[in-house]
Amino acid sequence: MSTRLARGGRLIDRSAPLDFTFDGAKLRGYEGDTLASALLANGRMLMGRSFKYHRPRGPVASGVEEPNALVNLGLGARSEPNVRATTTELFDGLTATSQNRWPSLAFDLGAVNGAMSRLLPAGFYYKTFMFPRQFWKHLFEPVIRHSAGLGRPPRDRDADRYEQIHAFCDVLVAGGGVAGLSAALAAARRGLRVMLLEQGAGWGGRAPVDGGTIDGEPVETWIRNAVQALESLENVTMRVRCMVAGVHDHGYVLAEERIADHTPGDGRPRRRLWRIRAGRVIAATGALERPLAFAGNDRPGVLLASAVRDYLVNWAVSPGDRTVVVTNTDDAYRTAIALHEAGLSVPVVLDLRERADGALPQQARALGLRIETGKGIAGVLGRNRVTGVQICLQAGEGAVLETVDCDAVAMSGGWSPVVHLWSHCGGKLLWDEAATMFRPDPARPPTGADGAPMVACAGAASGALGLAECLAGGHASAGGTGPAPVGVTPDEAATEPVWIMPQGAPVALRDKMWLDFQNDVKVSDIQLAAREGFTSVEHAKRYTTLGMATDQGKMSNINGIAVLSQALDEAIPQVGTTTFRPPYTPVTFGALAGEARDGLFQPLRRTPLHDWHEAHGAVWEPVGLWRRPHAYPLGGETTEQAIRREVLAVRQAVGMLDASTLGKILVQGPDAGRFLDMMYSNVMSGLPIGRCRYGLMLNEQGFVMDDGVVARLSEDSWLCHTTSGGSDRIHAWMEDWLQCEWPEWQVFALNLTEQFGQITIAGPRARDLLETLGGMDLSSGALPCMAWAEGELAGVPVRVYRISFTGELSFELAVPANRVRALWDRLVAEGAALGAQPHGTGALHVLRAEKGFIIVGDETDGTVTPHDLNMGWAVSRKKADFIGKRGLERVALSAADRWRLVGLETLDGAVLPEGAYAVADGLNANGQRNTQGRVTSTYYSPTLKRGIALGLVRHGPERLGEVLEFPTTEGTRIRARIVDPVVYDKEGARQNV
Amino acid sequence: MSDPVSTALAGARHVGYVTIEEAGPVGMITLRCRADVAPALAALNLPVPGQRRIVGAGARRVAWMSPDEWLILLPPADVARATAALTAALAGQPHLCADVSDARAVLHLHGPRVREVLAKACPVDLGRMTPGEMRRSRAGQIAAAFWLEDDRTATVLCYRSVARYAFDLFAMLARPGSEVGLFD
Repeated sequence: MSTRLARGGRLIDRSAPLDFTFDGAKLRGYEGDTLASALLANGRMLMGRSFKYHRPRGPVASGVEEPNALVNLGLGARSEPNVRATTTELFDGLTATSQNRWPSLAFDLGAVNGAMSRLLPAGFYYKTFMFPRQFWKHLFEPVIRHSAGLGRPPRDRDADRYEQIHAFCDVLVAGGGVAGLSAALAAARRGLRVMLLEQGAGWGGRAPVDGGTIDGEPVETWIRNAVQALESLENVTMRVRCMVAGVHDHGYVLAEERIADHTPGDGRPRRRLWRIRAGRVIAATGALERPLAFAGNDRPGVLLASAVRDYLVNWAVSPGDRTVVVTNTDDAYRTAIALHEAGLSVPVVLDLRERADGALPQQARALGLRIETGKGIAGVLGRNRVTGVQICLQAGEGAVLETVDCDAVAMSGGWSPVVHLWSHCGGKLLWDEAATMFRPDPARPPTGADGAPMVACAGAASGALGLAECLAGGHASAGGTGPAPVGVTPDEAATEPVWIMPQGAPVALRDKMWLDFQNDVKVSDIQLAAREGFTSVEHAKRYTTLGMATDQGKMSNINGIAVLSQALDEAIPQVGTTTFRPPYTPVTFGALAGEARDGLFQPLRRTPLHDWHEAHGAVWEPVGLWRRPHAYPLGGETTEQAIRREVLAVRQAVGMLDASTLGKILVQGPDAGRFLDMMYSNVMSGLPIGRCRYGLMLNEQGFVMDDGVVARLSEDSWLCHTTSGGSDRIHAWMEDWLQCEWPEWQVFALNLTEQFGQITIAGPRARDLLETLGGMDLSSGALPCMAWAEGELAGVPVRVYRISFTGELSFELAVPANRVRALWDRLVAEGAALGAQPHGTGALHVLRAEKGFIIVGDETDGTVTPHDLNMGWAVSRKKADFIGKRGLERVALSAADRWRLVGLETLDGAVLPEGAYAVADGLNANGQRNTQGRVTSTYYSPTLKRGIALGLVRHGPERLGEVLEFPTTEGTRIRARIVDPVVYDKEGARQNV
Repeated sequence: MSDPVSTALAGARHVGYVTIEEAGPVGMITLRCRADVAPALAALNLPVPGQRRIVGAGARRVAWMSPDEWLILLPPADVARATAALTAALAGQPHLCADVSDARAVLHLHGPRVREVLAKACPVDLGRMTPGEMRRSRAGQIAAAFWLEDDRTATVLCYRSVARYAFDLFAMLARPGSEVGLFD
């Protein structure tokens, strides 16, 4: 049984008990506990089940590298799967449940997978489920998805909020252990702006657990003083619970701060994403201990030696009364000594090396501990808990020499520097044979934009494991001046590489040696992958899933690489590592999204009349980021009924449209006319002052990209209207040409879209309505079609354009945005007697389609030319050049059989489906039916009381009267006759009054 | 009947750990010109700001927007006269001078942690920013320009259509409980 000791525990506050539940059981821990330490203190070693074989699992580590102790934390809107119990700070009321087990954690039926593990080797899925394919989809995959997998995704909306913040510093120190503190002090004392970020809840890393002295004082005293010194400095920003997730180009660093994980619902954001620009990064990220590969090394109760020490020293938790230590390092003797000094039993220390004469082994011997060198573990006894180990010779094949009863095993296979931040931007590693580790190669650092190294590793992350080297390395990495802090710990003898225990283990043992605990990858799986030809480490990883679990192989990768290299008979550096990618530990999507949810998910653009539309029940249409009223249903009307009413109001009386979203770009300067002649396919320079002209904009390829009415304001200024979605894009397009291609031209382009609200008054009573306001002469003599005038209406300054998109008598009123609401309200009030009605884009689309007017984005899709739209009249033949002229001359764009704009009139009056295709005879090369045209716009016309449509049809305008067939998705066919696109008031009499 | 002049947010105000408030109408003129505009501005008693600076005081300011663009802020009643004066002063010089008073919304942010709230929205080194400096950047997902009036007050400009987003964004980021203490 694991249990809480009566004394000790540097991180817990025994005066502050906390209640929590695990799988419904009410348990108690202390302030300062992690969920893992609290569960162990309650005798709960079994915390989860493995991914593939449902093996019973307890914690193997005490920190971020933990692969096994994953739980579902919280309930409902605060439920989160796959949370590491080892890094979850305990709080009162915490609710955790185990994952991947049924019916219960202790008795799991899925464990039958484990019994069949011989039948589930690496690549089993690939091999077995290739054929027949439909079996995969309907049989194998559902079964696997049910039996494999870890936690379940939460079903409720996340109750928490998240945010982000931008920060800047000269030096960012990742890791608040002694190396990080030493580096931060050195940098801060040089006057640099320093950020010091620590993923855990406290400072000092694991040095307080491992002991020693710094500058003659106990480690903890030095840490406390260092933190105080840093806190007093103005130029230092320090955050705990802030994990540096990744280092990106240009010193861009992302870090995730856990603000309220341990205080849920306290009103603070749960997490905050730090987006940092750092001049230089010092990765003082420490090292992670490696497990050893021996049969049964995944049994609950087998832990890393450092984790055993952490639980003991930090939380006063013993993993069991009797702990066997197995190691190839001197460091693990610290665990044996700590256990002994805590009054616990260490039946034997199994040292895989032939000799163990370092200071720490000698200290252990002096304490009377039994040390067996050259020995290892052949097997672990027990199922849900370790009950004993079988001892064998490391040099042999696993013959059992002796069986020792125990409750726990503390293993140490050496240490791996945490090189992630070094590697994210391309820092290279070298294999240090003596230290048995991949460590950063200082000669090949990641470099910044200036070619200088942008990341340095300090302390254990650099491969320097000793306390003295950590302090000195931290100091030096930050360019520290003056003496570095001096650390003193016992000397340690070299480790020896041990990848399999015993070295001659037969397959029966190798098949029980876990490398990747979470994904259930064993030594035998890697060896199988090598035999089957997956000799690249990246291929072997994907074939076996080694290192692909939520822990991303923090514990397993190096051992896996070593086993692969042995199987391939290659040196470890030749095999190399897989790629280190951000984030270091999982970052929640909430932090990445930040505040961008609900109302802030996306900025909506609101016109100055938005509130009026909302108050009058508008149904919205998204146009770019704008919201435009689509229709204003009255009473019990459907949207479709509202659109029909609004169309008839425009045709019979007068309609009011909020056209504020139209792009309005002021182009001014001596070369403005010349510039616009390049921008538009037709001539704008010759437009008389006071007049308007419709224009088409093409891209370089000759395809229509935007359209709108241009007004000549003065000798040297034009106002260009763009489509609603196009104003920013077209303004940027103009600036691009002006700045990059014709910088010497004297032209300025200013986007005035937001300066003006715009109201369209259209219908036979339009002039009557405006005349009720008074202030301007709007008669056809004073303001003919395609002219504009400035003045005041109802005391509001306006520019009035006589332009029509509906075919009716129409005035567009441009009004300063802050004053458009006042004018709109007057129009609504005065219009009531004239039958005026506001209408939305739904009615507008019908009205313009009746007139055969195109909409960019409906009739065009980026492959349509002006000629396809029968708008050759808008393509100047006189101009020497304009954007798109060369493109239009390409053979394919002037081919005779291009699809061209026509009207489509269904024989039975039905409305054609949107996007329907007209079929032609025969099949194409893919066996699909040939087509000869498609519907681009289709509506019910309340004016004509039948369906109308526009479409693009091969040779269209030459085939008036022909009937086409449009198959529908329901399997029926609609027949439609090719007609003129203009089906209402062809001669334009209605707008010209 | 609505107000004759109504800004985007009708003077909305939100009190968080920083207060966000929409300013009343502000007169604004965009001036673009490649020639020296100092004489034209001097005629209006306005100085010329250096790169990325804003100069002037109170309701009369000039902000540098780009190498050939300035934004002039002044009382709304002065806009027509100032526009005419600038146009006259720059006659013969290619230029563009336009009233843009209604194109933008103006937000005031006030509180001792105003830099911090800006830093949550804008990728700008607020720790090094001083009054007199003008930034054209972004706030969340929208374009925004801002400057510090003093250590406790900032003015933010954004386009009128996204004023509600900007207001809601800063209100969210200034919610009590989310203090960072980054510049304390």
